Amino acid sequence: MAIEVRNVSKRFGDFVALDDVCIRVNDGALTALLGPSGSGKSTLLRIIAGLESPDSGEVEIADEVVTDTPARTRDVGFVFQHYAPFKHMTVHDNVAFGLTVRKRPKAEIRERVSELLGLVRLDGLAERYPSQLSGGQLQRMALARALAVQPRVLLLDEPFGALDAQVRAELREWLRRLHEEIHVTTIFVTHDQEEAMEVAEQIVVMNKGKIEQAGTPRELYESPRNEFVMSFIGPVNRLGEARFLRPHDIQILPSAAGEGTEALIERVVHLGFEVRVELKLGDGRDIWAQVTRESAQELELHEGQILAVRLPEPRVFAA
Amino acid sequence: MSFSKLGLRTIALGYLALLLVGPVAMIFYRTFEHGIAPVWDAVTAPNAVHAFWLSIEIVAIAVPLNTAFGVGMALLLERGSFKGKVLLSTLVDLPFAISPVVVGLALVLVYGKTGWFGDWLIGHGIQVIFSVPGMVLATAVVSLPFVVRETAPVLRELGTDAEQAAATLGAGAWLTFRRITLPAIRWGVVYGVVLTTARALGEFGAVSVVSGRIEGQTQTLPLYVQGQFENFNITGAYASAVVLALLALATLIAMNLLTRRTRRRTAV
Amino acid sequence: MSATGSPTASAAAPRRLQAPALLGGGRAAGVLGKGMIGVYLSVLVLLPVAALLAKAGSGGLDAFWREVSGPQAQAAIKLTLVMSAIVVAVNAFFGTLIAWVLVRDEFPGKRTVNALIDLPFALPTIVAGVVLLALYGTNSPLGIDVAFTRASIALALLFVTLPFVVRSVQPVLIEMDRSMEEAAASLGAGPLTILRRIVLPTLTPAIVSGVALSFARAVGEFGSLVLITGNLPFKTEVGSVYVFSQIQDENLPAAAAVSVVLLAAALIVLGALTFVSRWRSKHVL
Repeated sequence: MAIEVRNVSKRFGDFVALDDVCIRVNDGALTALLGPSGSGKSTLLRIIAGLESPDSGEVEIADEVVTDTPARTRDVGFVFQHYAPFKHMTVHDNVAFGLTVRKRPKAEIRERVSELLGLVRLDGLAERYPSQLSGGQLQRMALARALAVQPRVLLLDEPFGALDAQVRAELREWLRRLHEEIHVTTIFVTHDQEEAMEVAEQIVVMNKGKIEQAGTPRELYESPRNEFVMSFIGPVNRLGEARFLRPHDIQILPSAAGEGTEALIERVVHLGFEVRVELKLGDGRDIWAQVTRESAQELELHEGQILAVRLPEPRVFAA
Repeated sequence: MSFSKLGLRTIALGYLALLLVGPVAMIFYRTFEHGIAPVWDAVTAPNAVHAFWLSIEIVAIAVPLNTAFGVGMALLLERGSFKGKVLLSTLVDLPFAISPVVVGLALVLVYGKTGWFGDWLIGHGIQVIFSVPGMVLATAVVSLPFVVRETAPVLRELGTDAEQAAATLGAGAWLTFRRITLPAIRWGVVYGVVLTTARALGEFGAVSVVSGRIEGQTQTLPLYVQGQFENFNITGAYASAVVLALLALATLIAMNLLTRRTRRRTAV
Repeated sequence: MSATGSPTASAAAPRRLQAPALLGGGRAAGVLGKGMIGVYLSVLVLLPVAALLAKAGSGGLDAFWREVSGPQAQAAIKLTLVMSAIVVAVNAFFGTLIAWVLVRDEFPGKRTVNALIDLPFALPTIVAGVVLLALYGTNSPLGIDVAFTRASIALALLFVTLPFVVRSVQPVLIEMDRSMEEAAASLGAGPLTILRRIVLPTLTPAIVSGVALSFARAVGEFGSLVLITGNLPFKTEVGSVYVFSQIQDENLPAAAAVSVVLLAAALIVLGALTFVSRWRSKHVL
């Protein structure tokens, strides 16, 4: 089910949360709304879900205008950052909730819940209460609950924000695989650029209520449209007013002099596979370069070393 | 959705108007219906004045007692280490479950002339029941739990970290209490004192049993109100009731102002 | 450094610090404090309750039973229990509704209304009776006169127990996570379903707590009833009033016996509440 948002605006008092936003999500796609806090991404998601209504603009799901339809009848699945479990119900009853509301027969409910619990790997926990589950388990339960009613669209609001790094990584991977299996149009909100790049097929970068750019992870990384997108996605060096360099594009030359710009190594940081080299250029500017372990070893990089670097053409954005 | 919201609001406010606001407004109206003069006369009648001061006197003794012991009991519950905390907690809460009249009866059974200590008290010339000490006692019992119940949770939430830090820095027991613990719990204590005072001022049943209700001698203001009513002196009854109601409103205001200080979760 | 320092920095320090300086420290002070509190509680609560129980049982079980099952005593006890039960049921409904409106709704004067809820706590019970009499008694401007009827008992009890359920439910409502309701809505639940299956179950422990406290209060209520009910035996005489009349007649064993029944009723309900809430928090929370 494709989703289309046209010219949606929303304010809360004096605060402009969304300013004339338009996006299109293809049927079956896995899309991320990426941006810092206050960018409007959660508001946009909640408007798509029907939990908020826009001040102006339209929302369409599967070519049907749903702007005035409440969440209840919009047939969307929503997963909250803090899982919103029904604490007084068992895992089974949580997952079954949407189905009991639709008055499905008991046998059908039991079967479907069982199937879903298997899918999210929570079998055997059906009779537990939310207070007895871990964060990761609760989030999987929330997903199963949302999927139980076979929604047209699945929306996740910072689904992994409240979890430990390790669990977060596991669940990211798991979400992607789930999507491959189920193919529901999915949108998730995140402020974590790495998460968006890793999981989503399409990313919509937002800032201060506006869309900065939308595209595949690769497109955004290699052809950022402006300064914000470039610095939000991927590491960046800023050279003066509006000139930007990717650290891994900076080439460190073997000490044979002649080419390139002179630079002094101020610090070498070993981050496992990647090595970060903080440099001071001849003209006093500070930049940092990213090299592999091998290169660092080969060039015998160390603090205080003076060598030459080749800087690529910086990316310049119109003001 | 907003139709039903309006409906709910109307029902709730209507209920409160009929049960709470209406009657209180009515009393003020009826009291001052014929002007201030009769009210003033009623309120300044000697027995009324005596009742007022007697109430104040009793409160002035019972409340500080309950405050001091209340804080002590809260400390015992939250900082003490001994068996029998459950017993202590139960005893503290018991006055909530006992009818005031029963409190009076129980006190008579211990301190009355046929009570457990009756003979001993008479022998030492001490009169408890039918006299002010008994009324103080009764008032103290019914208003016992408040300071404890308001202070204990604050103590619990506060935790012992600051006190332990003080100990490691060499502070003794009293100093730690005075400069670390007490400032931290003060609003809880104050709120408890306000509740205690309100309860003590308004006490009726227990004091009724214990006092003998002798006009001009052992009548507190609430008892005076009843007395006036029974003597068909409606103006006198209403006037004194209004005095008590005004004190109650003052209590309400104090409670409300303190609500934010103590971070109670009923401020809306 | 601390070897010569405060009493708390003694060799037995680790365990002592758990009950820091305050009561463990000055040993003598601690014992004295506990002693004084012990005496205070004995004088005020322990001895009187013991004397009450002793008096009630002083003639043996037979005498106790006789006092408690006399027609007038029975009438009073039944009236108290029935009226209290009715009143707490009404409170459960209206108290929750009022708490809901105070937390979820906005209107001018809301803060004042919220403050007024505590009025029954602050107002002397005798004044509550006078106040209700003014509006619903003999000279009622509304033409509603419930004086000397059973309805007046309900009225007075509703007044004095108003705050319990409201104040019990409010904090829970305030803390409640709205996303549960949104989740239910996104799953297709309508407002009534959300109320029934999500909101009320979450509020139930608080409502039960408020109800138990209301009941205990209602069973013992006295001051607000003396004027408006007329205290007519077999008609409008409640348990506490019966006890009072027996004291006046110097029939202390009868008074003590019925007192014990009333006390037991309150304690049983309060005890049941504690039991249920412990069971629940082990199970669900």
